[in-house]
Amino acid sequence: MQIRNHRDFWAGVLFFITGILFMILSQQYTMGTAAKMGPGYFPTMLGALMAVLGLMILIPSVRRSAPELRVGKIDFRAIVLILVAVAAYALALPKLGFIVALSLLVFISSIADYEFRVPSTLVSIVVLLIFSWLVFVKGLELQFPFLPVFLTR
Amino acid sequence: MELLSNLGLGFATAATLTNLMYCFIGVVLGTLIGVLPGIGPLATIAMLLPATYKMSDPTTALIMLAGIYYGAQYGGSTTAILVNLPGESSSVVTVLDGYQMARKGRAGPALAIAAIGSFFAGTVATFMLAAFAPPLAEVAFKFGPAEYFSLMVLGLIGAVVLAHGSVLKALAMVMFGLLLGMIGTDVNSGVARFSFDVPELSDGVEFVAVAMGMFGFAEIILNLEQREKREVFTSKVTNLFPRMDDLKKAFPAILRGTGIGSLLGILPGGGAVLASFSAYAIEKKVSKHPEEFGKGAIQGVAGPESANNAGAQMSFIPMLTLGIPTNPVMALMVAAMMIHNIQPGPQVMTSNPSLFWGLIVSMWIGNLMLVILNLPLIGLWVKLLSVPYKFLYPAILVFCCIGAYSVNNNVFDVFMTIPFAILGYIFKKLDCEPAPMLLGFVLGKLMEEYLRRAMTISRGDWTVFVTRPLSGTLLALAAILLVIVFLPAIAKKRKEAFAGDD
Repeated sequence: MQIRNHRDFWAGVLFFITGILFMILSQQYTMGTAAKMGPGYFPTMLGALMAVLGLMILIPSVRRSAPELRVGKIDFRAIVLILVAVAAYALALPKLGFIVALSLLVFISSIADYEFRVPSTLVSIVVLLIFSWLVFVKGLELQFPFLPVFLTR
Repeated sequence: MELLSNLGLGFATAATLTNLMYCFIGVVLGTLIGVLPGIGPLATIAMLLPATYKMSDPTTALIMLAGIYYGAQYGGSTTAILVNLPGESSSVVTVLDGYQMARKGRAGPALAIAAIGSFFAGTVATFMLAAFAPPLAEVAFKFGPAEYFSLMVLGLIGAVVLAHGSVLKALAMVMFGLLLGMIGTDVNSGVARFSFDVPELSDGVEFVAVAMGMFGFAEIILNLEQREKREVFTSKVTNLFPRMDDLKKAFPAILRGTGIGSLLGILPGGGAVLASFSAYAIEKKVSKHPEEFGKGAIQGVAGPESANNAGAQMSFIPMLTLGIPTNPVMALMVAAMMIHNIQPGPQVMTSNPSLFWGLIVSMWIGNLMLVILNLPLIGLWVKLLSVPYKFLYPAILVFCCIGAYSVNNNVFDVFMTIPFAILGYIFKKLDCEPAPMLLGFVLGKLMEEYLRRAMTISRGDWTVFVTRPLSGTLLALAAILLVIVFLPAIAKKRKEAFAGDD
């Protein structure tokens, strides 16, 4: 057996495993009967359907007639930087406030671009800070900690 | 004459100063994000959803959000014509002839025809919406739980069939979405399902976090991976007015586009994207000079641009009358209504008539604003296109993070976007479309609820779904749809229709 269509193969595997996983997890809830369904009934059904669909996608991908198709290159640099930036924002916001959180978000995410330059990123931070303050704090009156906690106390 | 008095009520609602202002904000924002490639109406509406909490009147919120959706259809064409890059996925085919017209120095007429066609289609669609929504809502009142369940099945199957790519993968994505929807407290038993003792998860996964992660963040990562060179025709937009023979050629195309768009917009899974593709294919078929297409035929701009606008507006029909979203943008609209404690469905028309009719009339007003706004402001939109992506994506991230936080004033929802961004990225790499998943996610709990109710009423008899005539018809339609896509001949055609749509 040889994997020919890698995209279909891995998609199939992903769906199959997730389906089975949901089926197993659903067993801790009451099943009930068709007339009086418990919380486990519908998820078990869906999980089973999903696992079957996973197999239906997976099996043809190893046939000899399947087209050769590889999974495209994965850019870990962009993924990690963007998601670390978002996490940094979420971590910083409650204690350090919006100014610090936004600066971290913009700075870290900007590194993901290949034309990253510090001066233009700083301009970006300032512009976005002013804009967000005007629109979200003054305009829409959204509630979030703006300054670091130790400054406001 | 009930229609007239209803439209009168709509005008009275839509023409208040506040609503006019938010309609204006919506269409301007829509045009803006429509012009910019890399950010679509879905991410924008998800971003602004939390902001609508603040609005006292849900009508105002919906008017603004709707404006973003159809406004984006106008904006998308500008980028398609001037930059050879679709600003929105619904403008993919406009690129073919629009850009060629621009290269021949006829960018002005192309832009003007796109705007005129969109306005015409928008006007017709508004009236169709007003005329067809009430009878459809009448039918919906006859629906019991079995019918609702079957209708949702049909809706999901429709979305699967019309999504591009593998049907099996789209089906699996729907299942995945439905399962994600199960997370949280079960209304019947009070059991918190799949929440792993995380208190924030007992209310379920936040829709905004899913939408932003899978559509907003995953999209940014993918855009950073592949960057394209842009060639902008900025200086060449001089003469906006189309010639007489342009109008003569374009007018029938606008009519056909409007018809196709209106029809396909109502279908589950339909909306702007499918409408524009079909309109282009039909224009090419009926033309006496099909060889002109791809070389700057004005019909190739007029048809699809009318169709995408009509399609965008008509996709409100199933959402407003049945409470069933047929595409992800409508799913967000449902979320917006629920935020304001309005359960979408046929009762909206009678319980909130001013919301219903106000929204419909606001679409026409919004279209009028767009056509007036767009032509003189083209210069401004073009300038926007020269903003490099490196300034754009951090801004999108900032707005998304603010939005995700504001849903519950909690950073938990910001953290939740991260796993969904990773999932969205993986799914894209494996050629799985995220749109059907989002629909499943929205419908999950409702579907389970209707299934349970129908089965309780029938005392556990599964045949109830087939023996009740309305429910049986809906399921039969779904089955026919599925059989059709698996027929080899159709499967091949379908592949062709979606080819180049990436």
